[in-house]
Amino acid sequence: MAARRRAVARASSKTGKASKARAKATKSRARPTATVNTTLKSMDDGQVRWIYQTMRRIRRFEETAEEAFKAAKMRGALHFYIGEEATATGACAALEDGDFITSTHRGHGHCIAKGARMDKMMAELFGRTTGYSGGKGGSMHIADLELGNLGANGIVGAGIPIATGAALGSKLRQDGQVTISFFGDGAGPTGAFHEGVNVAATMKLPVIFLCENNQYGMATHNEFANAAPISARGPAYSIPSPKIDGNDVFEVYETVKEAADRARNGEGPTLIESLTYRHKGHTVLDQKNYRTKEEIAEWVARDPIERFRTAVSSAKRMTAKEFDAIDADIEREIENAVSFAEASPWPTLDAIERDVYAE
Amino acid sequence: MANTMSNGATREIFMSEALREAIDEEMQRDPTVFLVGEEIGVWGGSYAVSAGLLEKYGPDRIVDTPIAEAAIAGLGIGAALTGSRPIAEFMYSDFMGIAMDQIVNQAAKNRYMFGGKARLPLTYRAPFGAGTGNAAQHTQSLEAWFVHVPGLKVITASTPYDAKGLLKSAIREDNVVVSFEHKALYAMRGHVPEEEYLVPIGVADVKREGTDVSVITYARQVHYALEAAEQLAAEGISVEVVDVRSLYPLDTDAILRSVRKTHRAVVLYEAVRFGGFGAEIASQIQELAFDDLDAPVLRVGAAHAPVPFSEPLEQGSFPDAEKVAAAIRESLQGVR
Ligand SMILES: Cc1ncc(C[n+]2csc(CCOP(=O)(O)OP(=O)(O)O)c2C)c(N)n1
Ligand SMILES: [Mg+2]
Repeated sequence: MAARRRAVARASSKTGKASKARAKATKSRARPTATVNTTLKSMDDGQVRWIYQTMRRIRRFEETAEEAFKAAKMRGALHFYIGEEATATGACAALEDGDFITSTHRGHGHCIAKGARMDKMMAELFGRTTGYSGGKGGSMHIADLELGNLGANGIVGAGIPIATGAALGSKLRQDGQVTISFFGDGAGPTGAFHEGVNVAATMKLPVIFLCENNQYGMATHNEFANAAPISARGPAYSIPSPKIDGNDVFEVYETVKEAADRARNGEGPTLIESLTYRHKGHTVLDQKNYRTKEEIAEWVARDPIERFRTAVSSAKRMTAKEFDAIDADIEREIENAVSFAEASPWPTLDAIERDVYAE
Repeated sequence: MANTMSNGATREIFMSEALREAIDEEMQRDPTVFLVGEEIGVWGGSYAVSAGLLEKYGPDRIVDTPIAEAAIAGLGIGAALTGSRPIAEFMYSDFMGIAMDQIVNQAAKNRYMFGGKARLPLTYRAPFGAGTGNAAQHTQSLEAWFVHVPGLKVITASTPYDAKGLLKSAIREDNVVVSFEHKALYAMRGHVPEEEYLVPIGVADVKREGTDVSVITYARQVHYALEAAEQLAAEGISVEVVDVRSLYPLDTDAILRSVRKTHRAVVLYEAVRFGGFGAEIASQIQELAFDDLDAPVLRVGAAHAPVPFSEPLEQGSFPDAEKVAAAIRESLQGVR
């Protein structure tokens, strides 16, 4: 009977009744922002500009893709990262050139933060020959191997063992590179998570497992999916597992930097739980109401880009004019990306059986 | 489609609704039946098959799981072995890759390895098929993997009528049945009787009678075959369309009956042509009806490639009415 009551309670909490209370709880769990200013102080102007630019590029890329999708210019599944920009941006800001990432179905943000070209990304979403995969992969399968992006992934959790493998390669080659595996809270329950993290920990591999806890996997709340928080799992693998405010780009940067240093020093992996929120539905088509309006509004108010802008402005590191100039550049870049994509040729049927094997 | 016309009243419903009715009726009939899978409750199933069932049966019988395909497959086995009658859903058949040990090494073999003593009344359901723009990891047709494993039965329907009747039979089976549901068909409408009925597993259905060429096929490709048959009828070519409905056990007799009548066969399937299930059908035909054939048995299947994302590539990668029609014409030209 007790078990049944628990199950029913869990099911009803999934319908959103309890989500407001949960949003409050998570809010009070978030760390104070005392570290922000010291991190900002330690960054040079180039880094500060790059962070703003990267977060805005991600946001505008996706807003534009959404318009194109709604205008029936593209098809398939689009998963938007809007609201989570600080996590990919802060994390990639802490990486060196040549470091690797594995990404997810919600991969545009990781891709852009790792330095991808938006015109080639847009062309991929449009299914054109000039896209990253020549139109063969689409939104869920963009990789930029030259930049160390080992690929977005349509299989939840699948990037985790691949990241472990990249880190093993780095260890064997002694190339000094680290790998970040981005994954969602929904990957926490997978076998791939356990196998990938455990192997990395036993071998002390240079890898960072970065869980983007946006609190939902489709309609399933993170607390329903994972019996214990991701951040509670570190001790089971004898690795650190800090929980951070994923909408605070400074905190993400500091935490990933420390983890990358550990990894490069041969001290092994770190598991990071980065708390964030997706402003949009699971896919571009999702209009289900498993989250309350209040909860969404509360998280939209914690917009990572606005928070960054406020911090940077009040520290007098950038002026409104400088922000506007970056925005204007991004608008031009986006317009170019769309016209490039639209003007690009469709692939032809002879491409279907090409690229399956190396010649 | 003789058997889609029942004596009683029918109504037109979507295949997704027909499947829901099958699950709903079997859950009402047998309290040990339950549904387990990802996003089947609050979300209602990614193709809305289970919409409304959580409200009706509660979370003890509509069991939402975290993303854990190996666990879903194994939950089905454990519960089946101990007296329940589970229906375990994979959100996409592509994700069954994660559960292959549980399905292939456990579910399929338990009964045999235990000397016939285990009973596994277990149904796995999974959407499959291309044409949705969801790219290589959400569009595969992997039925041949499962047909190749003794201990599994494999079914796939082309109409709401068959979908409901087959799924009900599967749920009542004391065996492990893998039911593949083509994504493009969930929103297809068709007549389904008001009264209860079953479609037996292992019995093919002639969806169109004809005399010149037999097209042996299943799932969505049945509709392309029917479309091609319609086009070719205008040219005076009479095509018979056989929907096998059940891949294992396979109704070889029905296939042979058709081929002995038309003397020509085109085997049509959406999976990668090479090594696909159509190869099994083709070799059955040539082994058992060689003397009846006036032309080589042809296979029409998908390109030797993962399913591409871009629309023209995706559409070009798997069979459609035009490609089937071309193969039918080729078959009529006789020996290549
Ligand atoms: C192995 C596997 N199971 C199920 C799915 C279907 N699916 C795609 S995304 C998703 C939710 C993922 O949640 P999470 O990992 O938290 O990422 P988020 O979408 O929140 O970014 C599910 C269930 C999948 N792609 N792969
Ligand atoms: Mg999530």
